Amino acid sequence: MTTTQIAPAARQRLLPPETGRAGFADALRSEFTKIRSTRSTYWTLLALIVVCIGIGALASAGTAAHPNGISKASFDATQQSLAGLYVGQLVIAVLGALTITSEYSTGMIRTSLAVQPRRGVVFAAKAVVFAVVTLITGLIASFGSFFVGQAILSGSHLSATLGEPNVLRAVIGGALFLTACGMLAYGLGAILRHTAAAISAAIGLLFVLTVLVQFLPSSWQDSVDKWMPALAGSQIWTTKVTSGAHQFPAWGGFAVLAGWAVVALIAGLVLFRTRDA
Amino acid sequence: MIEARGLTKRYGDKLAVDQLTFTVEPGRITGFLGPNGAGKTTTMRLILGLDRPSHGSVSVHGKEFGRLAYPMHEIGALLDAKAVHGGRSAYNHLLCLAQTNGIPRARVGEVLELVGLTEVARKRSKGFSLGMGQRLGIAAALLGDPAILMFDEPVNGLDPEGILWIRNLMKALAAEGRTIFVSSHLMSEMENTADHLLVIGRGRLIADCSVAEFIERNSVQSVRVRTPKPELLAGLIAAAGGTSVAGAGGVLVAQGLPVDRIGDLAFENAIRLHELAPAQASLEEAFMELTADSVEFQAHMPGQQDAGRASSTDRMHPTGVA
Repeated sequence: MTTTQIAPAARQRLLPPETGRAGFADALRSEFTKIRSTRSTYWTLLALIVVCIGIGALASAGTAAHPNGISKASFDATQQSLAGLYVGQLVIAVLGALTITSEYSTGMIRTSLAVQPRRGVVFAAKAVVFAVVTLITGLIASFGSFFVGQAILSGSHLSATLGEPNVLRAVIGGALFLTACGMLAYGLGAILRHTAAAISAAIGLLFVLTVLVQFLPSSWQDSVDKWMPALAGSQIWTTKVTSGAHQFPAWGGFAVLAGWAVVALIAGLVLFRTRDA
Repeated sequence: MIEARGLTKRYGDKLAVDQLTFTVEPGRITGFLGPNGAGKTTTMRLILGLDRPSHGSVSVHGKEFGRLAYPMHEIGALLDAKAVHGGRSAYNHLLCLAQTNGIPRARVGEVLELVGLTEVARKRSKGFSLGMGQRLGIAAALLGDPAILMFDEPVNGLDPEGILWIRNLMKALAAEGRTIFVSSHLMSEMENTADHLLVIGRGRLIADCSVAEFIERNSVQSVRVRTPKPELLAGLIAAAGGTSVAGAGGVLVAQGLPVDRIGDLAFENAIRLHELAPAQASLEEAFMELTADSVEFQAHMPGQQDAGRASSTDRMHPTGVA
């Protein structure tokens, strides 16, 4: 530990590549190393899968226990098995916010920007890596929830299969929904730069807002609640239009959620680029 | 080479860095000195583009930091050893930094070896001691094998062994022809390591010169005399155009006259001397004098009562400057 030998005189200098510059592909590799090298990533992603499958299984079991009087035509078995996404969106919001706020809370951001000062590159690489990791985990959670849920429902007449109309779209949509919620939280994290504030804001937008609009007079509610990010986004993992026909259709609703996420991301990027780190 | 031109940074009402113009020349150790809060860290943050200047500009190798193709190959910086994610291992921390600049993975092992952290490479850095954290920060700065190294208060809080290690490391890096830009609020540290000094106080540059020049320009040459007849000698010194301050036990600290002249005065007047020695203010004192008024680039006589002022090198930074 006390050696002060830095390098023999003959040591060859490490030279940078002759052309090009530190860019997006390098940043992607770096951000992937970052996300895979902290334990909180694994715990959060594991929690996401467990919560989605667990709650979906409970919801399915509840229906499976009392299937009488429910018609297959109106019952959305897919949505029922994906009920864990209501909680899963909050779990992924935490990871999305942490992806960027942990750089601020630890001070790592100053090190990160001192090696790659092109901030747009850092911001985009972080976002892409997080989105891909979330999408893959989301697919596991979503398909896992669906198969477990349908297995539980299979004793009744209500279970669905991937071949039925809209079902595959809904199950993949569940993963897209999680990804969009995560990106919204990531954008909020970049805007607020503080873990607790970003998580609160994300939960506020996704969850509290959804609950609050229920207290509006019903004439207002119909025109307001379809614009709420979580309600709109959750249309993509339904296969049947049951109640609240005023909601946007599946992809339209998802576009609303994605729009919220894009607004948060753009605001986050602008602030990330212009503020002192 | 780092060049600042009229570099200014304002945070709200506070002017943290005020019209700094300086050049950090290649191939030597430049000490960046100033009391705590003088603007040293802010200046370094501006160099790295972490903060945007309010006015003026700063360049690294002739380019704005953000425009360097491979920043880690040009300049390696250690601003804050705690600026790491504590949940990540030392190896992965360095790896994720190396990857941003296309630095091969093998280099991570090399720098870990260099700073002596190989054995704890797979341990999460939150368990590291201050000294180990500092070594990790230095390893990160060395990853790109850069021509310029910038360290902000690298010895702060380190034990003597750690201080020695950093000091030797900086010398070894400079001997390899690298440019070292290192900040400190302790003059004694710079006296031992730096070739050149940039001194700032309250965000302003107050000296840009070599270490020897700095001492010469800013310290008052004084002579310490001990005699059974201090009053008599003091009168003679005053008559000859000098000044003196009396201390306990017949000690006089005289200024304004060279040591030979004081010896002659005593001899000619048959005053017995028990001690006669030139005393040069240390860098620490020169620095304190300079930064106490912060912008007065002029040596002045402090109204000091302690006759042993030349030996008080253990004093810390002045309190007069925020």
